[in-house]
Amino acid sequence: MTELWHGLIKAIELIVTLDPEVIQVAGRSLRIAITSSLLASAICLPVASLIYFNRFRGKRFLISLIQTFYSVPTVAVGLFVFVFISRAGPLGWLGLLFSPTAIVIGQMVLVVPILLGLTISALSGVDRALIDTARSLGASRFQTALVTLREARFAVMAAVIMAFGRAISEVGISLMVGGNIRGFTRVITTAISLETSKGDIELSLALGIILISIALIINIILNRVQQR
Amino acid sequence: MALIELINLYQRYGERDILKNINLSIERGEVFALIGPTGSGKTTLLRLIDLIDRPASGKIRFDDADTDAPAAVRLDMRRRMAFVLQKPVVFNLSVYDNVACALRWRGIKGSRLKEKVNHIIDVVGMSDYRSRNARQLSGGEVQRVAIARAIALEPEVLLLDEPTANLDPLSAARIEELISSIIKSYAATIIMATHDLTQGQRLADRIGVLMNGELQQAGGARDVFASPRNREVAEFVGVENIIDGVIMSSEDKIVNIESAGRSIEAISDYAVGEAVCACIRPEDVTLALSRISSSARNSFEGEIKWLVSMGPLTRVELQCGFPLVAMVTKRSAEEMGLSKGKKVFATFKATAIHVIKRN
Repeated sequence: MTELWHGLIKAIELIVTLDPEVIQVAGRSLRIAITSSLLASAICLPVASLIYFNRFRGKRFLISLIQTFYSVPTVAVGLFVFVFISRAGPLGWLGLLFSPTAIVIGQMVLVVPILLGLTISALSGVDRALIDTARSLGASRFQTALVTLREARFAVMAAVIMAFGRAISEVGISLMVGGNIRGFTRVITTAISLETSKGDIELSLALGIILISIALIINIILNRVQQR
Repeated sequence: MALIELINLYQRYGERDILKNINLSIERGEVFALIGPTGSGKTTLLRLIDLIDRPASGKIRFDDADTDAPAAVRLDMRRRMAFVLQKPVVFNLSVYDNVACALRWRGIKGSRLKEKVNHIIDVVGMSDYRSRNARQLSGGEVQRVAIARAIALEPEVLLLDEPTANLDPLSAARIEELISSIIKSYAATIIMATHDLTQGQRLADRIGVLMNGELQQAGGARDVFASPRNREVAEFVGVENIIDGVIMSSEDKIVNIESAGRSIEAISDYAVGEAVCACIRPEDVTLALSRISSSARNSFEGEIKWLVSMGPLTRVELQCGFPLVAMVTKRSAEEMGLSKGKKVFATFKATAIHVIKRN
């Protein structure tokens, strides 16, 4: 118990004194997770609109499939991306393995289903009459989609925040395709798992507190957004 | 040449025919009211005219062009019209941005946009609400924003779906006043759906009666109200006396219609043996305490079953073999001492009867 107490005090010290190691790892985690969730959003918002606004065979099945992948294990995504970008894989020539880019790609794959699914349900939440109104006022298909996304903006924003939350908290992908290289691909989650196994509880706790704080901030923002 | 032409138009949702064989032409600059009970297909028809939906079969021609065209062509056509939905929805934006958005979609911006939007907001009397979020407005105000949004586009065709339904009487009167000023100041063709007959009569040049998805009758307001084509239309436009009978004799278009053992004389082209309805407006029925001799061809003795005072008028329900409603002034009713159970003579002219064929 005293060890835990001692570790906690040390951890807070590391945070308060802006320990370079802690700041570097936390900053990298944030950068990678923000990049992956924003890039994934840039792809998913238009694709979700396309799925929502078009009628095609198997649409319901596709949406169910997307929802199934909400809880895909991160190690499965890690393995999948690993196979693709490893030296022998189809994208091996890009030399991406064990780089921050590899983590970004992995996290994008991870959050795409969440972003697609939640954006589609955000769009479904918009009153049908509003879409008719836009069309009756002469909006093109693209303008109609934009208006609908704008009406669903708070729900869409919630989807993006959820995606960011999933990206920053995953460990499997960062470990498998990032390699946990110090000063290069080490992020909060991989650092915690490594430092804990090495016995450096203080650093792990410090990073853990930061991660939980980020989760807390995300939740507060999410709550605010959903109340709008 | 007609601006909008509907040819053998059908619309189907699932197994149900919502619109059946609609044929209608609407001229440029005309104000056309589509009247009919709720669920008769008015909204469906307006949606087809605005090219939001495609018909199950049949054709819609707009300005002499077929509307069964690629989406881009239909968008260009739709941009020449504006549609105010029955329950208007405003965007979660300010009143100004609500009015401006459809203009922006058409590439209008800068000072021209600003001038136009501000002018229209003034026209609909919403200047004080310019920067207010439109979601915070009352029903009547939302309706005004929706109308502003539509007329800002200077559409060639303005489609209004039940513009005063769901509004309190005061807001409804103000919206109707606004529509009537739009009719006067913009030369747009207006197609308006309403279940309010008198509103249709007040605002429109021509009326179409839509019932169960079929266009029963279209014509001038007076024609439709005075000479309904069939029993359903007659009932819908408020003809209170619809007496079923059969034509027993006909001579020079003067026919004798037998109903409940009584013979009613009327003017009609229908032949002997035809099952018909005789429609008589309550205000065309005269009441007397004794049989009067006059040029009126029909006089029946009946018993008063019910009296209702309606402002300056009294509505008298009689039984003369067939039920008959008469409308007399309150003063006449008092002077004649009309009361329940009293025997009176009901008289009406043969020319006051509109004869329609029964289905």
